[in-house]
Amino acid sequence: MAGWTTVTDPILRQNPVTLQILGICSALAVTTTLAAALTMGAALTLVVVTAGAIISMIRAHLPSSIRLIVQIIIVASLVIVIDQFLQAFFYEMSQRLSVFVSLIATNCVVLGRTESFALHNRPLPAMADGLGNGLGYSLVLAIVGSVRELFGQGTLLGYAILPTVEQGGWYEPLSLMLLAPSAFFLLGGLVWAIRSWRREQIETPEYSLAPTRDAGT
Amino acid sequence: MTDLAGLFIRSAFVENMPLTLFLGLCTFLALSRRPGTAVGLGVAVIVVMGVTVPVNHLLYQFVLAPGAWTWAGLPDLDLSYLRLLTFIGVIAAAVQLVEMVMDRYLPALFNTFGVFLSLLAVHCAILGGSLFMADRRYDLAESTVFGLGSGTGFALAVIMLSAIRRRLAYADLPGGLQGLGIAFIITGMMSLGFSTFAQVALP
Repeated sequence: MAGWTTVTDPILRQNPVTLQILGICSALAVTTTLAAALTMGAALTLVVVTAGAIISMIRAHLPSSIRLIVQIIIVASLVIVIDQFLQAFFYEMSQRLSVFVSLIATNCVVLGRTESFALHNRPLPAMADGLGNGLGYSLVLAIVGSVRELFGQGTLLGYAILPTVEQGGWYEPLSLMLLAPSAFFLLGGLVWAIRSWRREQIETPEYSLAPTRDAGT
Repeated sequence: MTDLAGLFIRSAFVENMPLTLFLGLCTFLALSRRPGTAVGLGVAVIVVMGVTVPVNHLLYQFVLAPGAWTWAGLPDLDLSYLRLLTFIGVIAAAVQLVEMVMDRYLPALFNTFGVFLSLLAVHCAILGGSLFMADRRYDLAESTVFGLGSGTGFALAVIMLSAIRRRLAYADLPGGLQGLGIAFIITGMMSLGFSTFAQVALP
């Protein structure tokens, strides 16, 4: 079914983060704990689905010269609503995410999908595409977030999984996992793993070794 | 004066936008294949951040901040929730303006760097700079220095990464690491290097 692949494709085969290089900025900053990663994923999914629906509905009335500004304003308004909602009901989480919720407004996943998909499709497929991309993004965030939280603090969503030395257990937390570089290494490793499994995603190198001419002689 | 110099060094090295705060990574990774484009992007980011952060600061302080309308008899008015929309608008307008000024007076430079300018309207590092400025309550001088420092940090990081990737073009990498994968790992190593700046004692 065509509608179904629109949702499932971006989750692995066309993942926005690992293949399309979209939305990496916020993908890394909020992944020190799984809870923050899931909140961020949910917020982004909501924004990209709603923005896709709205922009797809008005696409026939949108002159192409001002479409970028209109899209940015729609996305930014949605982000303000979500930011205010988080501040009202999940104040601690909104403090932890700080400016990164606002930065969804310039997240390339949102603008990339509205620009390349919602502008040319009917509202329902646009929402399905938004959902798929949002979920693909959330999946990457959740993987990176759970690895960093598990090995950095020995917990998952706040529950102790590996008892740390401080609490009388045996696990010595890897503090590197809480620092910036680990997120880059994990994401690099994730890209490597996905591309080794799905070989069609491998980029063709700009240069390659010339075949040796005297092979076999 | 030493405060401002300290702030510049802190925003360029200790709190480097792409390497420690993860901002602006999309363009950081996408446009770092060649040193030439990286230099263009870096210069454009320095200019735009140096202009937009102080302008946004003025707007925030005199229009949006809580209590900014006290003189008009509206002491309770708090427009700070509009800061996101305002900042984005200012950044887009500033980018357009810089583009037009460059096109008029520096056409040679415009032809080299012009493409990157329009990209910067939705650049996380630039918007992030303005949002941090509002969060941390910098004053006008501080926000100018912060904008220039963060821009310099971004330019430095993107030029370094492009130089390394240029060398790696001849390396025989495993297929899965080609391109994006190895770029992430190099960025991680650079980030590890930059994290030592956190130990630098600043005034």
